[in-house]
Amino acid sequence: MSSATLYDKVWDLHRVAELPGGSTQLFIGLHLIHEVTSPQAFAALNDLGLPVAHPERTVATVDHIVPTTSQARPFADPLAEQMLATLEVNCAEHGITLHGLGSGRQGIVHVIAPELGLTQPGMTVACGDSHTSTHGAFGAIAFGIGTSQVRDVLASQSLAMGKLKVRRLWVEGQLGPGVYAKDLVLHVIRTLGVKGGVGYAYEFAGPAIDALSMEERMTLCNMAIEGGARCGYVNPDQSTFDYLQGRPFAPAGEAWERAVAWWTSLASGADAVFDDEVRFDAAAIAPTVTWGITPGQGIGVDETVPTLDQTEPDERPLAQEAYRYMDLQPGAPIAGTPVDVCFIGSCTNGRLSDLQAAAAVARGRRVATGIKAFVVPGSEQVAAAAEAEGLDQIFREAGFEWREPGCSMCLAMNPDRLEGRQISASSSNRNFKGRQGSATGRTLLMSPAMVAAAAIAGQVTDVRTLLP
Amino acid sequence: MTSAPFPTGPIHAVSGTAVAVRGDDIDTDRIIPARFLKCVTFSALGPAAFADDRAELGGQHPFDQRAHQGASLLVVNRNFGCGSSREHAPQALMRWGIRAVIGESFAEIFFGNCLALGIPCLSVDHDVALAVQAAIEADPALTLHADLETLELVGAQGQVWPFTMAAGPWQMLRSGQWDATGQLLANGAGLAATVARLPYLQAFSTVV
Ligand code: SF4
Repeated sequence: MSSATLYDKVWDLHRVAELPGGSTQLFIGLHLIHEVTSPQAFAALNDLGLPVAHPERTVATVDHIVPTTSQARPFADPLAEQMLATLEVNCAEHGITLHGLGSGRQGIVHVIAPELGLTQPGMTVACGDSHTSTHGAFGAIAFGIGTSQVRDVLASQSLAMGKLKVRRLWVEGQLGPGVYAKDLVLHVIRTLGVKGGVGYAYEFAGPAIDALSMEERMTLCNMAIEGGARCGYVNPDQSTFDYLQGRPFAPAGEAWERAVAWWTSLASGADAVFDDEVRFDAAAIAPTVTWGITPGQGIGVDETVPTLDQTEPDERPLAQEAYRYMDLQPGAPIAGTPVDVCFIGSCTNGRLSDLQAAAAVARGRRVATGIKAFVVPGSEQVAAAAEAEGLDQIFREAGFEWREPGCSMCLAMNPDRLEGRQISASSSNRNFKGRQGSATGRTLLMSPAMVAAAAIAGQVTDVRTLLP
Repeated sequence: MTSAPFPTGPIHAVSGTAVAVRGDDIDTDRIIPARFLKCVTFSALGPAAFADDRAELGGQHPFDQRAHQGASLLVVNRNFGCGSSREHAPQALMRWGIRAVIGESFAEIFFGNCLALGIPCLSVDHDVALAVQAAIEADPALTLHADLETLELVGAQGQVWPFTMAAGPWQMLRSGQWDATGQLLANGAGLAATVARLPYLQAFSTVV
């Protein structure tokens, strides 16, 4: 059993009681909500006649259904309009802050909470969205929950939870040029499998992790869930504090000094005990691309689509299903695979540094003929910062569309979607069948720089050949 | 199609006919594709369960087969319900008529979402899953009785298969406390004490 890890310390601090069913009642420090998974929870609360226990600990934004071409109200899609209107009414009725469209603070929930300084080390963070694991980048214990649990958090600011085991993923060395946190996490999932993390919290540590920026750490933790781990985290350090200082909801003045002292004390120490440890070598990781229908079906851009012989026996049915669905040949190189649509955005890779990396590839080049390429900033703040340094111009001149912030084609609940059998190069996190809005649409996951490279070349391309 | 009422109170057993959906890693996007998430109530989700898989199979999906209409038990394989945390997935299954899921393994969030609705997810060995699926496919009218007291799945033709369930959820279902809200609200003093000791709720002045 783990002990003295950050996970253990944060768990103990937030433990309210042991419940009759054997689970633990855990206090939730920060609750994030959006328009898709909250309306039914508010309805259930109203049915029970219960108030929101801590409206000041819940923060709302709108991201999944917003159009990215024009965000003028009412939306063209009446269902999307109804979802946003319902969120507005629920927040107003219960005294919850909503960072809405045009506020300067709207964006994908996992992008805005960190950039506003809401997400802090040592917190428990919950949201009705599986990629809540993103917030673990700050040394928070953050996990996705279902709608019944959203109701529970609204009613009691707590949840019934079982404690996870802790696995340390120790990453030696440094990522090479053109290799990003996205490649690292796709490599981890490829190695340990999409179920490898079930029952675990992932602690990412080691020299390669220490060297990552906060935005890269968010990318990494974001996809912990795709590897089966309910949450992933990085111990807080100077990079964490530097990122947080001066943000609107971060502590200030005297409280800042006390906060940093406390945050520092939370990191897993030399005495920490882990249930398991797996080691990786960052220098051995290449830009990674998925070829199949789960995020675990990934390979280096210089590799070939695995044949059945190269696949573990229990993975073969899924591999066969993936060959059929993706229409890719086992044994064929993934580089050179033609793409139709190139999407840069999402809570995995829609932050400023992601757009900078993609713009560095796009600068002075042109999107290949016949390719639809578009960039969706993760938030209004990201959009403003990118525009301030002229990234929108670089993208436009290269033939990319520059859009308004939202989840967009990550899951295609808004008008951005694949059509028919189109294949996308996507910086998002899921390549499941039908994920990007067409029941037969296909998705290749990769880093934003790799998506930009694919857009320029019209096919999957090793971004390292295009780096300045 | 008539189905049993939604679960309430203690759950000791689930009985009825069953439907098998074969395959590992069936994710929540397949159980309920994202476009059906555009709703402010769950009430209309039932007919959309497995919508894309069903369209792809043109009427051959088990959920479309006449003989399986009205089924209460769903029998699946490994890692069922992986992917997103959307409660729309168990909600769609429940509104289609499913009252228990039997499978080799379940994604954690899916399991929790089912529990919160009073839908037991029962674990069986690989061989048992295949045997139950084969039995249902051979005879869609076969009635199964999943008994949470004896931890046995009993077929009307005399079959008996064992299943397992973690102690916590097992107790919660049998005691009727699978809906957590009441329990959580009962600990008002514990909640207040937690608020009082959490540094970030006290301007970090509780840090020693
Ligand atoms: S960007 Fe995608 S994964 Fe992230 S919150 Fe939006 S829909 Fe979910």
